[in-house]
Amino acid sequence: MFFEQLLFFVFAAGALGGALGVVLIRNPFYTVLALVVHLFSLAILFLLLTAAFLAAAQVVVYAGAVMVLYLFVVAYVGGSDDELTPKPHGTAVALGPIFAAAVAIQLTIAVVGSGLTALDSTGADVGENFGSPAQIGEALLTKFLLPFEAASFLLLVAAVGAVVLARKRRGLHEPADAVSVSEVLRGDGEAKGAAR
Amino acid sequence: MDISWFVVLSAFIFCIGAAGVMTRRSPLVILLCLELMLNAGNLALIAFARMVGNVEGQIFALIVMVVAACEVVIGLGIIVAMYRRKLRIDVDDLSELRG
Repeated sequence: MFFEQLLFFVFAAGALGGALGVVLIRNPFYTVLALVVHLFSLAILFLLLTAAFLAAAQVVVYAGAVMVLYLFVVAYVGGSDDELTPKPHGTAVALGPIFAAAVAIQLTIAVVGSGLTALDSTGADVGENFGSPAQIGEALLTKFLLPFEAASFLLLVAAVGAVVLARKRRGLHEPADAVSVSEVLRGDGEAKGAAR
Repeated sequence: MDISWFVVLSAFIFCIGAAGVMTRRSPLVILLCLELMLNAGNLALIAFARMVGNVEGQIFALIVMVVAACEVVIGLGIIVAMYRRKLRIDVDDLSELRG
């Protein structure tokens, strides 16, 4: 019991620190690394909530795959370091933290003061294999088959969309004197190359 | 641990993410802050699933993860396209679609 509390507070601090790091750090590269810390801490918290499969998925999918994608894009695009420095516009920017603090206080009051008595318990009695891959898989393939298939279709659409968005547009940057394959096959290519 | 601890933690993480979306200007970082908010939602979903003792909340969180991955892929594709066209990577400069 004590060990559980210790784990919760350590990794809750990790999750909050990672989140603050994401918002406050200027270098986008370190921002992504802060998010990785955050995601790992959340995975441990998922384990405390007996969601073993989701914890594993969080580490593999999020902290692994998605964050590597982010790092590639940060390395490709490069980040500007100076983005928090003003451009002096923006009551919106100034009011953002105040608004967020107000929402946080309000949500906390709502949670703590809510009439849900079960919130102050450690949860319902669940068996050993609550949240195990077997249970998740069974639920996905029986009761939630339609959302499961819809999710796979959504992933396909996103993959195709990303390729369409990020591919090189042919014809925009092609140099004028490029030699095409068909010209080479017809024998024009060599003449063109010799003329150059 | 009481479930309410987890729910309060998720509320805090959500608000940090919201503050980031409002204050940062790089779309990359805004996407990261969106991830924060989605993860806060996931934590709340899983906490409530534990409270009720029902695995359906975890399925919900899993689907949220899938949607978040799709959102990241499309968002990063847009950022790469912006970079290709030599646009500044700054949401304040991209106001063509403003009404």
